[in-house]
Amino acid sequence: MRQLITTKGLSRSAIEEVLDHAAAIDDDIRAHYGRYEGTILGMLFYEPSTRTRMSFETAIKRLGGDAVDMGPVETSSVAKGETLADTARVVEGYVDAIVLRHPRVGAATMVGEFIDIPLINAGDGAGQHPSQTLLDLFTIRENAGLDDLSIGIMGDLKYGRTVHSLAHALTNFDVHQHFISPESLRLPTNVRFDLHEAGAQVREHTSLDDVLPSLDVLYVTRIQRERFPDENEYRAVAGEYQIDQATLENAPADLTIMHPLPRIDEIAPEIDQTEHAAYFEQAHKGVPVRMALLDLMLDDHE
Amino acid sequence: MSERELHVSKIGSGTVIDHITAGQALNVLALLGIDGSAGEAVSVAMNVPSDRMGRKDVVKVENRELSQEELDVLSLIAPDATINIIRNYEVVEKNRVDRPPVVSGVLNCPNRDCITNTDEPVVTKFEVLDDGVRCEYCGTIIREDIAGHLAF
Repeated sequence: MRQLITTKGLSRSAIEEVLDHAAAIDDDIRAHYGRYEGTILGMLFYEPSTRTRMSFETAIKRLGGDAVDMGPVETSSVAKGETLADTARVVEGYVDAIVLRHPRVGAATMVGEFIDIPLINAGDGAGQHPSQTLLDLFTIRENAGLDDLSIGIMGDLKYGRTVHSLAHALTNFDVHQHFISPESLRLPTNVRFDLHEAGAQVREHTSLDDVLPSLDVLYVTRIQRERFPDENEYRAVAGEYQIDQATLENAPADLTIMHPLPRIDEIAPEIDQTEHAAYFEQAHKGVPVRMALLDLMLDDHE
Repeated sequence: MSERELHVSKIGSGTVIDHITAGQALNVLALLGIDGSAGEAVSVAMNVPSDRMGRKDVVKVENRELSQEELDVLSLIAPDATINIIRNYEVVEKNRVDRPPVVSGVLNCPNRDCITNTDEPVVTKFEVLDDGVRCEYCGTIIREDIAGHLAF
């Protein structure tokens, strides 16, 4: 794999290769320290990020390499009007691989046409976030297995790039996908089109109640204030897609609850202490999974 | 009504594009980049009666033989178009337009968050589906009014 732009078309074997390697790294992380001394990762982040940026930097540093970034957009050459295509081609000459986050959909696809070094899409607007999906799949596999699985994906399905990437990737496995959202935030036409083409088993719901008892995994995402015309409408809608102890009365005992984080109030803090909560573990796996991904991509490229 | 009643005379050599979806003739010319500036004679007939289509448009371009590749892009807005290559007042070749797998630089993406709607040096690229087209950058699907998204 030279580029990871989208999970669309990512094969089951390619996914399992990363997950298996991540599991090996997770078992004995120290055994993988130091292999990439002198390797530099270029972090091109045109949007804020905490987890993705820090876990990629941690991953490359644990592997013995280092990361450089362009700093905030306001103090970089972007502020002078340089195009992304130019910046990427310049940075290509400095580093061994690029991790890109950009507000425009398709930004990583475009950059991939301009550079030859390994490239990872770390989020392109409302498009895709494939490395997040790999760590999501890792957590799903550890907690519930990836076959004969029933997963509920809830929240902002329209703009949620983690949702789009996860949904595409899950079509490789024997999974029933239930999408739960307000009508205005349902999956975009193009994602539904792809899931249908892939022969996925998909159902859409506006309420969690009916489907909750049948789920193995519930993947919750944040509904953003700015998606609604006014505060009242936002509160009314968002309130219906929050999880607390009362919501979980009808949930299976072994339900795994995930969230790409950051959360605002979609999952009540009281859930954190329950056996259901897997979202911090999920976030922690970002490091071994990204170490595995970088190792496979850098190794391929050498 | 027979097609001999067309208000446009026969041409000696060049290309006749017949059975264009009514109302699309000017878009056809725009798609082909034909604006008369090269001095070629161009005839346009719009909304003329057709046995097969009810109404249709016809475009004739003299002294220019358009290639099948150039013409296939027309399938997006005029799927029933037929192409006649004329030499010496005779039709020497008659073809239909095929849907190309991909069209580049022809359509604008309606998604304003798409990377193609920026100052980046990138040309739009759309995969041609059975019933529409799809942006290769952001995935947006256009099913209706494709002519309304022409990049001209």
